[in-house]
Amino acid sequence: MLLADARALCPDLAAVPGDPAGDLATLEKLALWAQRWGPWSALDPPDGLLVDVTGAAHLFGGEERLLADVAAAFAARGLTVRAALAPTAGAAWALAHYAHRGAAILAPEDDPLRLLADLPVAALRLDDDVLTALRRLGIKRLGELAGVSGAGEDDSAREAAARDALRRRFRNRHSPAANPLLRLDQLLGKVPEPLLPVIARTIPLVQRRLMEPLRHRTPLDTVVADLAADMVRTLEARGEGARRLELALWRVDGEVLQRRIELAAATREASHITRLFAARLDGVDAGFGIEMVQLRASWSEPLHLAQADLDAAAEDHGTSLAACIDRLSVRLGPRAVTRPVLRASHIPERAQSWQPPLAPVPASQQALAFHTRPLKLLDRPEPIAVLYASPDGVPQRFRWRGAVREVVRVEGPERIAPEWWRERSTTRLRDYYRIEDEAGRRYWIYRAGLAGDGRGGVPDWFLQGLYA
Amino acid sequence: MFSKPSPARVLSRSLPEPRWRPGLAAQPFHSEVFAPAGEASGAGLALALARDALAATAGEGEGADSRQILWVQDRAAIRQGGRPCLAGLPQDLRHRLIHVAVATPEDALFALEEGLKCRDLACVIGEIAGNPKALSFTASRRLSLTAEKHGVRLWLVRLGAAPDLSSARMRWQARAAPSAPGRWDPAAPGPATWHAELFRARTHAPGQWSLSDDAGTLRIRRDPAPDTLAAPDPRHLARPTVGRSLAARVQA
Repeated sequence: MLLADARALCPDLAAVPGDPAGDLATLEKLALWAQRWGPWSALDPPDGLLVDVTGAAHLFGGEERLLADVAAAFAARGLTVRAALAPTAGAAWALAHYAHRGAAILAPEDDPLRLLADLPVAALRLDDDVLTALRRLGIKRLGELAGVSGAGEDDSAREAAARDALRRRFRNRHSPAANPLLRLDQLLGKVPEPLLPVIARTIPLVQRRLMEPLRHRTPLDTVVADLAADMVRTLEARGEGARRLELALWRVDGEVLQRRIELAAATREASHITRLFAARLDGVDAGFGIEMVQLRASWSEPLHLAQADLDAAAEDHGTSLAACIDRLSVRLGPRAVTRPVLRASHIPERAQSWQPPLAPVPASQQALAFHTRPLKLLDRPEPIAVLYASPDGVPQRFRWRGAVREVVRVEGPERIAPEWWRERSTTRLRDYYRIEDEAGRRYWIYRAGLAGDGRGGVPDWFLQGLYA
Repeated sequence: MFSKPSPARVLSRSLPEPRWRPGLAAQPFHSEVFAPAGEASGAGLALALARDALAATAGEGEGADSRQILWVQDRAAIRQGGRPCLAGLPQDLRHRLIHVAVATPEDALFALEEGLKCRDLACVIGEIAGNPKALSFTASRRLSLTAEKHGVRLWLVRLGAAPDLSSARMRWQARAAPSAPGRWDPAAPGPATWHAELFRARTHAPGQWSLSDDAGTLRIRRDPAPDTLAAPDPRHLARPTVGRSLAARVQA
């Protein structure tokens, strides 16, 4: 139903935009929090959690007390929950979603098939098209699917016949969500069902609470140096190096100042970190004082322990490349230091893009070797006034930046058609010419369009590149 | 008190050659190339000199040089001369270029100095437009000392600048020169050619040369030869035959 239709039926409807990513993040936090009842938990998106409580129920005083504790804990957080406990994850899921109140516990000695026979087949976590197929076959309950009627002496024979029929009907479905027999076996515990547990990963964090609020730069630098040393020790214990570091300064009046640096390569060097932060702490307004300083490594990468440089001369002589790029990008901004890489395009200004200098270069096809490209490309092609003998002929004289230049030698045209899969149909083609003027200056110019191509009037000329 | 001499002093003592030529073993650590703003001759000559120096000082036993090259440009230089184009660079430099675009000459000097301090760089190329106040004699002396201390070479291209005071060891004035006609298309622009004037150098006499880029090697171009057929190809188009064709036999 559309929102407009729903509003027509019920005018005082409250509409809230959905936030699937936020819901998933909340669910992840809940999964970690739910590990209070068992050693590990798994997500069941969009709205479920699975907790392994094997051997843990007696700590809460039994299964009933455990479920009551779960309900109370969620209610205290303002969340409504349907909890169920069963020997297998599939059975617990079926009970939590489709059981009546009060029947939420399946003891190990119970026969799950008898107790769950009344549940709808949707309790098997099947896809919609499989459910439709089953409904068309007239199968609505789990008992009908499994061939269990409740009581009878020829029950096992009927059960085997139902299994056989299911296996033949769904023999080429291998995904559990599309195969009712597989799901039934998972529910009964005959087939293992691997689950992906949620594991909390703490980020390295060091902090200093200060006895006296800091108001001056020198003690702040000392504190940052101490924090960097602590952080290096923490990272070394984990075998990691920091890629992004966040420094938070709590002021007395409750304001939190954030400073963040990103590093070109994983590093574990206290002096380097201190130096980078010293460049970023210039604009800090301490106000009435800073009472707590915290340093977090919100992005860290594995970095193995390395032999310290035995040759002392190597340490005296300069920095490593990653440290040099860090210093440059901290002062000049992260977008100032780049590496040009090729891109798959014919248009010259689009054939090259800029990426972070130490990122891996994507594989690309090399440019054709018989094209001669200029050494420098202007950021945007500059319009020039050109004198030519014929409108589609070679240029003879042109004016650029206020000076008239005589064209002595020409090579061209090299025609580069617009990329029709990306640009509008009115984009004009380009005819590139490599020219040399009377003083020997070599340029790359192009004419945008042809005289009669129906995409505008007289074609314009542009200068795009400078040859060495 | 004994102190270690800087690598510049150790190297420059080896071969005092009065006249500059390409491929000298003793290469300066800080050079300046003055060039007009509306052409890429300055960057082209600086790149050619840098490749010449890298080739001349490379060790024999080592493999291909994989160190990075830092190219620093300030905003005015980018506006006047554009950014380096990957497809137009020499093949062996395309994967080794790190570009730094800065707003002011002060930042450019900072980036140049940080680049000179880095031991993992092959060389540093800078482009600064005009005569900014920040690029004083003191600043250039600072660059020279840093380059000589750490052994990383710097070529600083000055676009549209007057040659003011500087401590660069070699100072060039460059402009584009008419290129030699190509063998296959005489009407087309030929290989890159510059008119270079060395007007201040510590170890060499001043002089003027017509330099050209012959398939990645810096060469002194002789006087325009009467037989234009001897001009070098922009690329190697002709493959030597292996003695089977009649034409090869006749030429031999």
